[in-house]
Order: sequence, then C-alpha cells, then structure tokens
Amino acid sequence: MTVTSEFLDSSAAPAGVHQGRGNLNGDGTLLSVRDLAVTFGVRGQREARAVDEVSFDIRPGEHIGLVGESGSGKSVTSLAIMGLLPDRGVKTSGEVRYDNENLLTWSSRRMSSLRGRDIAMVFQDPMTSLNPVVPIGTQVTEILRRHFELSKGDALARAGELLQKVGIPDPKRRLKEYPHQLSGGMRQRMLIAMALACEPRLLIADEPTTALDVTIQAQILELLKELVADTGAALLMITHDLGVVAGLCDKVNVMYSGRIVESATRRVLFGNPRHPYTGGLLESVPRLDSPRGAPLTPIPGSPTNVLPWTHGCAFAPRCRNAVDDCRRVTPALRPDGDRELRCHNPLSDDLPDDQRTDA
Amino acid sequence: MTIPLPPAQGPFTGNDPSGPETGAYEEDERGLSLWRGAWRRLRRNPTAIVGALIVLAFVVVAIIAPWLTPYEPGSTQWSGEVSPTSVPGPSPDHLLGLDRFGSDLYTQMLFGARQSLVYGVVSTALGLSVGTLLGVLAGGLGGWVDTVIMRAVDIMLSIPSLLLAVSIAAVLGQNAYSIMIAIGVAQVPIFARLLRGSMLSQNKGDYVLAATALGIRRRRIIIGHVLPNSVGPTIVQATLNLATAIIEVAALSFLGLGESDPAVAEWGRMLVAAQDRFEAAPRLALLPGFAIAVTALGFTLLGEAMREALDPRTRR
Amino acid sequence: MRDPVTAQSAEPVATPQDDDVLVSVRGLKVHFPIKGGAILARTTGHVYAVDGVDLEIRRGTTLGLVGESGCGKSTLGRAILRLSPVTEGSVWIDGVDVATLQGEELRRQRQNMQMVFQDPLASLNPRQSIETILTEPLRAHGIAFDARTKVRELLDKVGLPASAARKYPHEFSGGQRQRIGIARAIAMEPAFVIADEPVSALDVSIQAQVLNLLEELQDELGLTYLVIAHDLAVVRHVSDEVAVMYLGGIVEQAPSDDLYSEPLHPYTKALMSAVPVPDPVVEENRERILLTGDLPSPSNPPAGCRFHTRCPFRQETRCDTERPELRELRPGHRVACHWAEEIEAGTITPRAGAVTGGGGDEAGSLSFDQRG
Repeated sequence: MTVTSEFLDSSAAPAGVHQGRGNLNGDGTLLSVRDLAVTFGVRGQREARAVDEVSFDIRPGEHIGLVGESGSGKSVTSLAIMGLLPDRGVKTSGEVRYDNENLLTWSSRRMSSLRGRDIAMVFQDPMTSLNPVVPIGTQVTEILRRHFELSKGDALARAGELLQKVGIPDPKRRLKEYPHQLSGGMRQRMLIAMALACEPRLLIADEPTTALDVTIQAQILELLKELVADTGAALLMITHDLGVVAGLCDKVNVMYSGRIVESATRRVLFGNPRHPYTGGLLESVPRLDSPRGAPLTPIPGSPTNVLPWTHGCAFAPRCRNAVDDCRRVTPALRPDGDRELRCHNPLSDDLPDDQRTDA
Repeated sequence: MTIPLPPAQGPFTGNDPSGPETGAYEEDERGLSLWRGAWRRLRRNPTAIVGALIVLAFVVVAIIAPWLTPYEPGSTQWSGEVSPTSVPGPSPDHLLGLDRFGSDLYTQMLFGARQSLVYGVVSTALGLSVGTLLGVLAGGLGGWVDTVIMRAVDIMLSIPSLLLAVSIAAVLGQNAYSIMIAIGVAQVPIFARLLRGSMLSQNKGDYVLAATALGIRRRRIIIGHVLPNSVGPTIVQATLNLATAIIEVAALSFLGLGESDPAVAEWGRMLVAAQDRFEAAPRLALLPGFAIAVTALGFTLLGEAMREALDPRTRR
Repeated sequence: MRDPVTAQSAEPVATPQDDDVLVSVRGLKVHFPIKGGAILARTTGHVYAVDGVDLEIRRGTTLGLVGESGCGKSTLGRAILRLSPVTEGSVWIDGVDVATLQGEELRRQRQNMQMVFQDPLASLNPRQSIETILTEPLRAHGIAFDARTKVRELLDKVGLPASAARKYPHEFSGGQRQRIGIARAIAMEPAFVIADEPVSALDVSIQAQVLNLLEELQDELGLTYLVIAHDLAVVRHVSDEVAVMYLGGIVEQAPSDDLYSEPLHPYTKALMSAVPVPDPVVEENRERILLTGDLPSPSNPPAGCRFHTRCPFRQETRCDTERPELRELRPGHRVACHWAEEIEAGTITPRAGAVTGGGGDEAGSLSFDQRG
C-alpha cells in the first residue's frame, strides 16, 4: 500500500484506459476548480454563502483530499462539481473546468451523461444511494447499459465481474438480491462497483467510510486504493477524518466555514501544519500512536461559532493565535513556501506540535 | 444520496442565537421553547393568518348573532309573502331576502353559524377527549390494554364514519345530542390511533430511555415527556376535524337525521330545504353551501399551518 | 437451545469482597427473543446480543469497552443499568446486585448509576428547559435542593454559563448539548456513570472538549466510568483498562497501555491496525491486518471461537469447535484465544494476503484491465 506517489506524475497513470474519452484541460489538469462559490438563499431569509473562493486542481490519477467538519462546505463543493445542487434557491459561480469547458454552464441533461461515465461519486450512506425496491443486478446493469451499448446478457455478465472485483462473494446470487439484504460494508462495495463500472476519470468519494466500522473501513479504503490505481482514475476524497486522508491523498485541502484555509501535500501538511485550525484539529484528536496520557488540546467553541469571512477570519473566534487583524481583515489564500495558507498569524514553521500551544 | 437543503441559517450565522462574536448566551433571557417557536412561526405564516381570520369571523358571528339581527331565528312571520314559484329577494328589511318558509335568510344564516360552531366544537371535543384518553392508555400502558383498545378502534374504523354516525343517530333518535354524539364517536378512532402512534414512536426516543435511566417514574415519563411530544399531530387533526365535523353536521341534516325542530337554523337543513326552490331562488342553496365551504376552509388552512409550524423538520 | 432464565444468576455469586471494586458483572447474558409465526407470535430464535460477560471496574477508574457495531457493547452497557432486560447473570454496583432489583427498588437505585448518551439532542426532551432537565431527576428521587444554586453549580461544573438554565436543548451546539447531558448524569452524584459513545456524534474539533470534561469530573467527583466506544483512540485516551468485545463476548481485557503496546488477540490486532492515524509517515509504513467479511449474525453465532470465521490466524483444530475462555496470560491481561501464546511467539503467522503494507508493495489482486 505505498500510496500513489508515482501517480503524482500523470504519465505514470496506466495509459490507454481513458483514451478517446475527452481531453485534459489546457494546463494538463483533469478537473480545475476556480473560485467556486455557492450561495443558498431561501425566500425571506438571509442568504448564506456555503462555499466561497474554492480553487483546486486534480490531475489525472491524483488523489486529492478535501477535509472539514460539518458546515465546512466540503460536500456542497462536491455536489456543485457534479451539478447535483438543486436549481431553486442556489446560486453557483466560478468555474469547474473539465475538458476545456466550464461544467457549471452545462445543461442538466449534458451533466447527467457526464455523471457516472466520466465523473462518478460514492456517498456516505450506501442505503439511501441505492434504490431499495430494485434488485442490485438491475441497478448495476442499468448504468452499464446506459453508458455502453451492451446487451442485457453482456451487461449482467459484466456486473457479475464487477461485484467479484470489489470482493463481493457469490456475485450471481447477490445480483438478484435487494440492497437491504446486504451489510453496510457490502453495500458500500456495491456503490464502489457501480461508481467504477464505467471506468470514470474521476471518482468523488464523499465520506465513503464514515458509516462503517474500522475494520470494514480499512477493507473499503484498501479496495478504493487498489481500484483507482488499477483504473487510473483520479480520486477526490471528502472526509472529516484526517487519518483517512493521511494514508490516501497526495494533496490535502483543509476547509473551514466554506473556504480553503490550508492546502499542501500531505507530508507537508501533517508534518508541519501552519493554519491554527489544521494544527488544532491534529492536537484535539487522540492518536493511537502517541504516548497515552498526552493531554488533548481542544479547539474552543464549536464550528457554528464563526465570524463571517467578509468581516475577517471565520476561525478567529475559536483561534488561539488570533490577533486584532483576524477580526478586521479578511485573510487571503496566499502561497507560503510549499503550501497555500489563509492566515494572518500562522503557527510557526519549525516548532514541533507539542510545544506550540503551551503559550 | 442527500442533497443538503438550503440551510435555514447559513454556516456564517451559526446556531448561537446571540450571534457569532458574543458567544452563546451573554444575555440572561428566556430561551425559545418549541411551543413558543411554533407560535412564532404560526404568526408569520400568511396561510395561518387567512385561516385564523375566517375562523375568528365565524366564531364572532356565532357568538354575537342575536345582536346582529332584529329578528328571531326560525320566525316564519313572513310566510305569506312566499309562494312555490317566488321567494322574495333582498330588500331593506331582509338583507338576503326570505327563505322558503318565510323566515329572514340573513338571520337564519347568522344562527346557522352558531349551530355549526356548537355542533362542531362539541362533537370534536367529545371525539378528542375520548380518543386522547384511549390513545394515552394504549400508547402509554402497552401490552394487553393496547391490544384490546386498538382492536376495538380498528373495528370502529372499519365502519365508514358517516355510516357510523347515521346508525348512532338512528338509535339515539333525531335530536341535537345524537348528532353531536354520532359525529364525536366517529372521530374517536382517528384521535386514538394518531396519538397512540406518535406516542409509540416517541417512546423509542433516547430521551425516554434517558428519563428511565434517571429513575423518573413511568407515569411521569408518559405524562410529562411522551405526551407533550406526541400531541402536536393530534392538535392539528382536531383543527382539521372541526372542518369535517361542520360538513358532517350539514350532511346528517341533509339526510334528515339532524335537528328535527324546523325553528332551529342549521346550514345543512337550509341546503335541503332549498332544493325544490333552486330555480326560483338559487341563493337559498348557494349561501349556506358557501358558508359551509368557507368555514371548513378556514379550519383546514389553520390546521395545515399549525402542522407546518409544529413540524420538527421546520424547526430552528 | 439455551432457555432464558429470568434475572436469576445461574451460579450464585457472593458480594465481591474487594471493597476497591465498584462494579462487578458476572456471567451477564442478554438474549432477545426473535418473534415469528404468521398469526400467533412465537419465539423462533434468539439474538445472543450479550453472551456471558464478566467485568470488574475499580472505584474511581475508567474501563473502556470497544467493539464494532453489532458486537453488543451498547446492549451490555444498557443491561448493566437495567435499561435492557437481563437474561442471566449478576451486576453488583456498590454492593447491590441490580440485576435482581425490581420496580421501586430498582428506580431508587438509579440515583447511583447514570448514563451519558451518544446523541445529545435525542437524549434531551426538546420541550423541557435546561433547568427542568437538570432538576427533574432530583425531584423524582426526593432530593432536597435549592433550584437556583443547584442548577448554577451543575452548569458551572460542565462549563456552561448560568444563563443556559432557561434555554432549550435546540438552542445549543452539539458539544454544549453533550455538556448538558453530562450535567444531568452527575446531578444526583452517582458513583458510576456509563458513557455510551459520548463523542461520536460530535464534530472532531470539539470531541476533545467533552473527553477532557469527563476526565476533570472524574478527578473532581471520584466517578467510576464505563466508556463505550467504537473509536480505539478515544477509548485508549480515557481508559485505565480496556475490554475488547466481539459478537457478545469479551475477547481481551488489559490495562490500557498493555493492550495497545501488546495486543494478544487477533481481533484486537486487526482492530488496532485498521485505525487510521493522521500521519502520512506512519500510514505508509504500517502493517495492516485486513479482516475478510463482515460480523456474523448474533442470532446465529459461529460455533467455537466466534471470531474464527474472520480470523487470519485461524488454526485447524479447536478454533471452530471450542469456545475459548478468557484467561490471564500476564498479570491483568486476559485474552480469549486458544493460540495467544503461539501467536505472540510468532510460531503461528497470519494467513497469506491478510497483512498489507509495511513498505512492501503488492499490486492489488483485483484489476480492471481484463476487460475486452
């Protein structure tokens, strides 16, 4: 399970798999998100900007992490990319560049032909993502037949192969069963099989293991790694669990209250987090590999306790490092050495974790 | 998959009522209970306002009816002016004209509101109280009590409510009480089932388990915890049932099972009486029909608005 | 099969002599009947949710109980507090066998044993103000108190301002609600508190607040905890001793440090290796024992060792026929595995393919490129 460092170089992705299936963007990226903003406005209520100034690139075969807590906008970002946000009451601006076109301008019809085939998605709750009254086999073959012109028999055979590949034993029997007859882990395998059925160029996984137990989570993560490596698909991993991205993603974007606050390769980010939120998150979770009895340093307040970005830094009310500017001046996301950082008073560059917060 | 609904309060406004900067509770103020929150939402809902205005107008008219007209209800003193082919229309003396018996239609309409209100409220109150009692017993005690009550209610429910009312009216005789009892009894299963159902689902709630773990007595858990969290749908249903009760009173009268005293003004009976004069004077049927429909609509709008206000999904 | 015996201990156990031990669970079983039958409900089987558990918790310490969903850990916690029916066994808390108590006696005893729930919002009555929530249990037990000072004191203990008293649960954030749940649990000054997944419903950044609060209260009030969680890192952080549960039984129990430095049971090893660590260097170099398949159904548990269907160390003999007893391998470190010594000595190794990582790179056996 050496993870994908070889995929950082796009040329290392298995060649040929996606040939003739759209091009890369001019700058070599597979998907490029630029200044994405999503605003929810309900009649009679104040508009709420759920996502703002979100920019990141995904190169072929790359694994990108989007980390944040509830309300951070990480899931809204993925839904905006997929064109799955409701039309009413939602305003989306910015650019999601794919194949040299802006997906945000595409019709919903055109998007639905892209979804599943070029960009696939795996959700947190496998039960609600599967149709409860349709046998599994029908659900898989439907996707295959929609995107490839396969006969019913061929599609069924292919579906059986897919189930086998995601480690579902006895696929012939399973194809006739209904989603509720599978365990949570099996259902998530099903969803992954369905997502990878058309060999998408990008797989978006939104908290794919949150509902699962750790031993099942380990199975699923291992499976995801193998499958995306084999198909050469890029992976956008959305999670609240820093441990999950640490073992999986080449680059990690940390989101807070709708904006990216720190973005770096995982070694840089975990080795020396500089945004107080990233640092605080790492210090507030107990770790199996650290000596027991090390006190936890929680982040005070709650994620709902934020300052509007327009007034300053949203994290300022909870930040130990906050200075006057943090409550007055909106910080911009600026390059800072080997990372990008949105902070007026970042954590120092070289102090080890455990000495930092003693002040 | 779940598409996040547009948040009622965005990520930037936060849950803390006092705003992001000041921390959760600087002010020493009373919090917003769910009942008060529901009331606040109700007051801001235009549907609720329209419904409430209609209901209010109906109730006020019913109460002050005697002061709105110089005439006695049911007085047929102008019967001489009515013939099978002509019913005198509106005039300065009779704002809505006369009815086929020679009574003042305006007066009959006003007192009809009074009858409908009394019949509707009394019968719904009867259904609500008996149904609530049965529902609480079934949902709170469970076991064989629940089984017995629910089987009985099932049997009642399998008989169409109007048919049930007809049979009761037939047994108890043709008078005001039998109508109210008939309509009330027909409502009992609705309330009993509704309340029992929501109590059973509330019973599974963690807060009920928590109350048990705290050593709170079972009776107190049922009455103090489960019941207050279960009555919302029942209150809504009672409001909606006022509308159906008013319609049913009219229907029973229409079928000839209602008030036998022709002196008592009642919209349903007025509708019946208007039948054979419809070509000569359509207003005799249209006005009571309109009154029944509008009143029922008022209660329905109010009930629907209450449902919306009490629905926990619209909370926060 | 086994017929449930109601609330009677199969082997009478004397009150534990050790005054140091606050909670002592002996042979606890919780079997839920499965009702079937088309017309008349008949019992067609049982779910063996908890199937013979022994536990001891010393006064003022924390026992952590870990396991995955469906292993019976929550049912065990609820059975100890008599919130789930006890089929068999005894539960001594502070010198009283609560498993035999009924009615009013049991209700009175609840003062001394309390619970913190997983979902703080669901476990608070939405229509009660915080003040009512905190004082209702005191009233129910006839404890005299001055409402204003008591509520203020409780709120202060859990780090909430006094102004919270007149607000309602929905007006608080998740972490604050859990503080209210904790305040309610300690209102009657119980000796023993069970925390069932106390932080798993909370945002990552505030979990530590609640964990720290639980520790502070333990120091201040001398509480004894049973902390139930699926998160090993959380359990290790708060516990003096940890018990690992699998399919209704305890498979390993040891002082926290020992368990994590030297896990002896194959399931514990797999569980610990599966927990992701927020450190890329660790993640890239660690060995991971992958389990195959899912948790078997607790209504039809495997014969022999219940873990043998998924165990990477499974042997030809004993594993599928003989249920291993929990035995003490080292002082305080108990494990239910026939082959624990051999596995530790390295004479028994895991099945090929069950271990991944550790720097070795094996391309997946699964591949998508065979497609024509």
